[in-house]
Amino acid sequence: MRPILMKGHERPLTFLKYNREGDLLFSCAKDHTPTVWFADDGQRLGTYRGHNGAVWCCDVSRDSTRLITGSADQTVKLWDVQTGTQLYSFNFNSPARSVDFSIGDKLVVITTDPFMGNPSTIQVKLIAPHPSDQTSDSVLTIKGPQGRINRAVWGPLNKTIVSAGEDSVIRIWDSETGELLKESDKESGHQKTISSLCMSADKSHFLTGSADKSAKLWDTRSLTLLKTYVMDRPVNACAISPLLDHVVIGGGQEAVNVTMTDRRAGKFEAKFYHKILQDEIGGVKGHFGPINALAFNPDGRSFSSGGEDGYVRLHHFDPEYFSIRM
Amino acid sequence: MTTVLTFADIESKASSLGIDLSTIDLDSIVLPPGEDFGIKSDDEDILHEEEPPEFEAGYGNVIVVDNLPVVSPEKFAKLEGVVRKIYSQTGVIKEGGLWMPLNPETKMTLGYCFIEFNTAQEAKEAQEKTDGYKLDKSHIFVVNMFDDIEKYMNVPDEWTPAEIKPYEPGENLQHWLTDEKARDQFVIRAGTVTEIFWNDARQVRPDPVYQRQYWTDGFVQWSPLGTYLATVHRQGAAVWGGKSTFNRIHRFPHNQVKHIDFSPGERFLVTYSSQEPSNPRDTHRILLNIFDLRTGKLMRDFKGSVDDFTTGGTSGLSGISWPIFKWGGGKEDKYFARIGKNAIYVYETETFILVDKKSYKVDNVVDFSWSPTDPIISLFVPELGGGNQPARVSLVQMPGKEELRQKNLFSVSDCKMYWQSNGEYLAVKVDRYTKTKKSTYTGFELFRIKERDIPIEVLELDNKNDKIIAFAWEPKGHRFAVIHGDGPRPDVSFYSMKTGGITNRVSKLTTLKAKQANALYWSPSGRYIILAGLKGFNGQLEFYNVDELETMSTGEHFMCTDIEWDPTGRYVATAVTSVHEMENGFHIWSFNGKLLYRIPKDHFFQFQWRPRPPSLLSPEKEEEISRNLRKYSKKYELEDQDVSLALSEQDRKKRRAIQEEWETWTTRWKQYYEEERNLRMQLRDGEPSDDEGNQEEYEAKEVEVEEVLDVREEIVNFDQEQ
Repeated sequence: MRPILMKGHERPLTFLKYNREGDLLFSCAKDHTPTVWFADDGQRLGTYRGHNGAVWCCDVSRDSTRLITGSADQTVKLWDVQTGTQLYSFNFNSPARSVDFSIGDKLVVITTDPFMGNPSTIQVKLIAPHPSDQTSDSVLTIKGPQGRINRAVWGPLNKTIVSAGEDSVIRIWDSETGELLKESDKESGHQKTISSLCMSADKSHFLTGSADKSAKLWDTRSLTLLKTYVMDRPVNACAISPLLDHVVIGGGQEAVNVTMTDRRAGKFEAKFYHKILQDEIGGVKGHFGPINALAFNPDGRSFSSGGEDGYVRLHHFDPEYFSIRM
Repeated sequence: MTTVLTFADIESKASSLGIDLSTIDLDSIVLPPGEDFGIKSDDEDILHEEEPPEFEAGYGNVIVVDNLPVVSPEKFAKLEGVVRKIYSQTGVIKEGGLWMPLNPETKMTLGYCFIEFNTAQEAKEAQEKTDGYKLDKSHIFVVNMFDDIEKYMNVPDEWTPAEIKPYEPGENLQHWLTDEKARDQFVIRAGTVTEIFWNDARQVRPDPVYQRQYWTDGFVQWSPLGTYLATVHRQGAAVWGGKSTFNRIHRFPHNQVKHIDFSPGERFLVTYSSQEPSNPRDTHRILLNIFDLRTGKLMRDFKGSVDDFTTGGTSGLSGISWPIFKWGGGKEDKYFARIGKNAIYVYETETFILVDKKSYKVDNVVDFSWSPTDPIISLFVPELGGGNQPARVSLVQMPGKEELRQKNLFSVSDCKMYWQSNGEYLAVKVDRYTKTKKSTYTGFELFRIKERDIPIEVLELDNKNDKIIAFAWEPKGHRFAVIHGDGPRPDVSFYSMKTGGITNRVSKLTTLKAKQANALYWSPSGRYIILAGLKGFNGQLEFYNVDELETMSTGEHFMCTDIEWDPTGRYVATAVTSVHEMENGFHIWSFNGKLLYRIPKDHFFQFQWRPRPPSLLSPEKEEEISRNLRKYSKKYELEDQDVSLALSEQDRKKRRAIQEEWETWTTRWKQYYEEERNLRMQLRDGEPSDDEGNQEEYEAKEVEVEEVLDVREEIVNFDQEQ
């Protein structure tokens, strides 16, 4: 498996997202400029210029017309995917950490960081069919969890919002009332900051990665802990294969802890685990820094990883990958 | 065992009472005698059984000086001044801590006084130093600890016969050796937890035996034959052992114990502590206790300043090299010895006094070591008088102190002695100055101890300028390995003391060029050796068979810091301990270099295999077994097969169960997904969303959408042009 190296960012990658058809790959990095690539050969298609801070997260609408990005410049921006023009900018009083379109793309859930005395929030905004009608009013604002909320995503049928963050607790909220429905168990749950959260394609289960060197698989409706994948390094990113019963987990020592020159020391590998048996299948090496972002192509035949080293590595699986027997 | 209060409980209690724990010196808390505040101590029963409890009355820092002159009030101030002067030399007298009582009628002094020092140590020192001090002819001080007087006053005058306790059979301390699968145990320490496991290589995992939090304040250590596990605490050392769980067998009180050492035959335990002097110019004071391991009785203690226990020369301020006492005379633990200035002090364990009641004088001796099997000491004396008197290595027989052999050496810079484990050979590594004295080169002097007149052979490496990086004898064997070289990739050479028919010639077997190795680890049964590249080489491992002179396999345990063979030579553990922040944990390998399993553990401090006592089989029997190995191994091969079958059966069952559980989840999810199909479609404005099953059809549609987009654009352009 020869990866395609995509060098377009000048700072560490933060997030990767495929569109539904799997022909476009959107990448976010700390260098202010989200970029779109051809997911097949890794050609750069264009950039979205306008942010004035690190871009933490993005999402693309189902029909691949709209891109939404959340940034440390305290804005969430809505873009026209094709032309790269900025359609709207939601302004906040603290950095926006995560964005996620609802089913139907009429709503978006945004999380903002605790900043200058403001607590972290989860906010739901309406997305107008026409950008000219767009307003910045929040439909719902949830406050409560301590510390940063690293990710909030929609549950099945947009009825719930699942959030996770620095307090290492996963919470399920009612997306209508903002009521807290469920909380993950302290004992069996993560012990340290949850860095990433990834929904399965049918939103029935999701995977969380944490600095406690593990990733955990949960049922979305009951918040039952299904599986735990134990790593030997903090987890920064994770993804669920839409095709096979595999998950991929990436991470590495935090940059501040990397003191060795040898790249093996940091364990900057993307590790594949069998989703059901929890056994390690293999690893994909290459990054020269922790892996911050992972995404599977919706067809499950390729995946890409984004690292602290500023590279996106696009991997098309070899035929042997599809015949791995456990 | 009663309820254990965790520190978290204590902290929460303290904060609820508004106490800041960090400001409290926990040592200063003394409970009133007999009151336990409802907190049961797990030591209580032992205390009551063994001896009446001794309570610190809190006067440990007070001494009583007797035999002072009886003086009239006029001379009182003068006497007090004299006493104060004497005792200020040994320590700091507390303010108002000197009290000389007067006879209320005559106002004369009573001839004694009490002195309270700042610390108990100072008081003890003052008592030791001034007891018997001659003030003048008729006044010789009698000094006692205040507590001692109390204690002896309380001794009953009538003798009561001691109660004879009925015999209780002790625990079977050798039980682990009877393991059906003949597995070995090891202890690990990670974080605050100490755990003991079986190394279950067939199941490729460790099998837990026992674990305990906060078991030790420092380290743990197996006794040389594996009978006991020792822990160290502030109050002393303890040894544990037993059949299934680890029970405390004995405690060895020794405040602030820092090091411990077992005698090789497990008869004695040496404990060591050193004390900061109150005056920084003084040297550290050290205390050594030797206990009988089986009874727990203190056999002898040694006190003194660090200087008394070193040669004074090279070791410098940092002082001692542990162990101070080296045990000799084989497994019977007959002798122990330490080095001092110009002498070696050899004690025998019958009486715990010096052999012949005097030390063995050797001018300028700097190093010595015992033969592992015989009461023979090898010692090294460096060059003296600028080379006028040669350096020498001598072999001395104990207890007679006869010199068996001596070798003079010239222009020596340093010497190291390596005994072969059966005491058959002694290799002395000699670093000599080159003619210019600017650099050194190394050679070996090989002694054949068991042969008549102890012949000595000189061995020089092929390249004389090579630095010796490591040297190791094959255990119980006649071969040794040397890592030597100058560059970044040194060579490894193997030598044999017996070659072919010639038994008295050393010869080289082979040299392996340019290896990434800096440490040698022989299998305890010989034949196999690991050439390890630790530190700079990042944990390269090469498993080498010295019989066949071939590499069996190579491996890597990245950042590996420690390597230890199990006592049978079947498995090897490699570990990364907490000297590195990352990668902590251990790997277990088979003797031929197959990685069996790895266990990551954060804050990993220690890995130690439980040693085994030597085999009880006679050499003839052992030979018979190795000759008919096939017959004996058959039984075990069958067992192995059974195990692996059972394993795969278990594995299959487990997998099936997991798979089934997963099926129930996925069917549920599918059901939900179907049920919600219409609702989802509504959310998407009726778009026939869910792309399952009919993906190909769907892709065809996608193309149509693209075309429509194109058309639109053209129309717009067209409009503008018009």
